[in-house]
Amino acid sequence: MSTPTADVVVTGLGATTPLGGDVASTWEALLAGRSGVSRITDDWVKEFPAQLVARLASEPGETLDRVRMRRLDRSQQVAVVAAEEAWRDAAGADSGVAPERIAVVFGTGIGGALTLLDQDDILEEKGPKRVSPFTIPMLMPNGPAAAVGLAVGAKAGVHAPVSACASGAEAIRWGLDLLRLGRADMVVVGGTEACVHPLPMAGFAAMRAMSTRNDDPEHASRPFDKGRDGFILGEGAAALVLERADAARARGAKVHAVLAGAAGTSDGYDLVAPHPEGEGAARAIGAAIRDAGLTAADIGHVNAHATSTPLGDTAEATAIHDAIGDHTLVTATKSQTGHLLGAAGALESVFAILALRDQLVPATANLDDLDDNPAVQALDIVRGEARKATFDAVLNDSFGFGGHNMAVVFTKA
Amino acid sequence: MPSTAEIQAGLGEILEEVAGVTPADATPEKSFTDDLDVDSLSMVEIATAVEDKFGVAIPDDELANIKTVGDAMSYIEKNQG
Repeated sequence: MSTPTADVVVTGLGATTPLGGDVASTWEALLAGRSGVSRITDDWVKEFPAQLVARLASEPGETLDRVRMRRLDRSQQVAVVAAEEAWRDAAGADSGVAPERIAVVFGTGIGGALTLLDQDDILEEKGPKRVSPFTIPMLMPNGPAAAVGLAVGAKAGVHAPVSACASGAEAIRWGLDLLRLGRADMVVVGGTEACVHPLPMAGFAAMRAMSTRNDDPEHASRPFDKGRDGFILGEGAAALVLERADAARARGAKVHAVLAGAAGTSDGYDLVAPHPEGEGAARAIGAAIRDAGLTAADIGHVNAHATSTPLGDTAEATAIHDAIGDHTLVTATKSQTGHLLGAAGALESVFAILALRDQLVPATANLDDLDDNPAVQALDIVRGEARKATFDAVLNDSFGFGGHNMAVVFTKA
Repeated sequence: MPSTAEIQAGLGEILEEVAGVTPADATPEKSFTDDLDVDSLSMVEIATAVEDKFGVAIPDDELANIKTVGDAMSYIEKNQG
C-alpha cells in the first residue's frame, strides 16, 4: 500500500453563473467578453438607487426535478447544480471511494435569504400555520452544504464556512486541510449565493456598496477603473472536487490542477472597511504562496477579488503589489460575472484553473481609465482582450465583510 | 360532498405536487413513508393542502395515525362537511 502524500489535486469542476449554466459555457462567455449584468425591470426596484443585477444564465429548474426545487432554497438549488456537474466531471460516483470518506465543504455569504423573506411574507399574510415545514432547512446557512452532501452521498462530514465574500475560497482551504489531515479521501468544495431580493439589495445599497450606473448595465462593473462606483450583485455557484494526488492517479482520474496551497488571515481593522493598504490581504497571499512551497516570482496570474468598489480595489492592488509584485498578470472577472458573494472565491478559482490549463488570462472588462492609485498603475492588469502567456502557478484571493482574507494557489497538473 | 373516488384523486394531486408521487401510485393500501417515500415534513405540507382542498383540518395527533393513503381518505370522508 502506498503512503498517502499531502499533494492535493482538483479532479472535478462545476459552475452555474450569470454567464452560463455550466463551466464550459461560462468560460466561453467570459473569454468572449460577454456581460452577465442586466437591469431589474420589476416594479419594486423603481425607488432603488442601485437597480443592476447579474442573474443566472440558466435556471436551476432546467436541471433539478420539481420536488427537489420545492424543498431547496435557490442558494441550495444552484449549489447542487454546480456540485453535481463537478461530481460528474470527477466521475465521483464511479470512484470507489466509500461514502464514509467523502466530505463536503460548501460556503455561502447570505444563505437562504429568499426563503426567510418569502416565509416572513406568508407569516404576515396567512399566519404561522401556513409557514412551510421546510423553512428552517432551506434558510440555514449550512443548508447548501447539506444539500450537496445528500447529492453526492457524503458521510465523512458536511461543513459550511461563513465568511461573507470569502466563503467560497475558505471552503477550498478547508477542503485542503481535510485531505492533508487524512479526514476524508474526497471533498466537494465550493460556494453559493442567490439573494436577489429587495431587502439584500436595499441593504447593500444603503452601504453605498453597489453600482448605481443603472442606465449602462454591461459597463457598470469596472474593477480598477477610475469610474467604478460599486459592485453588481450576482447569483450562482461553483464547485471543485478535491482528492489526494496519489489516489487520483491510482483511479486514473483526470486532473485539472494541483491545489498547492491556501491560507487565510483576518484584518483586525474594521467590521466592513478593508485595511487601506490591504495588510491582512497581503499576509494571506504571502502565506498561501509559502504554503504552496513557491515564491512570489512563481505566481504568473492572479484572479483578483476586485469587486469594483472604490476602497476594495485599491487595497487589493496594494496587497498584490506588495505580496507578489508587478510581474504577475492580474484579471478581475467580476467585470463580467458581477459579484457572487459567497460563491465568488469558488468561481474565480475555477477561472484561475482554466486560465492555467489554457495558458490564457481573461481580460478585465470595462477597464478604460486606470485608477491613479500607484499600485493599480504598477500592476499588469489584463484588459482589451485575453492574453496568452506561459505560467505554472496561479492565485485566487477573496475578501469578505468582517475582515476575512483568503488566498488559494493552484499549479499545473 | 366529494365521493371516495374524488377524494382519492384529490389526494393524488396533492401527493404529486408535494412529493412528486405519480397519481396512479396513490392507491389506498400504500404507506406514505414505506411505499411513497413521503417524509414527515412533507406530511405536514400534505395536511395543509388537504385542509385547503377539502376543508378538513388534520390535528397533529391525528396526522401521526395516518399511515396510508386509505387512512387519509377515511379521515377526510369522516370529517368533511
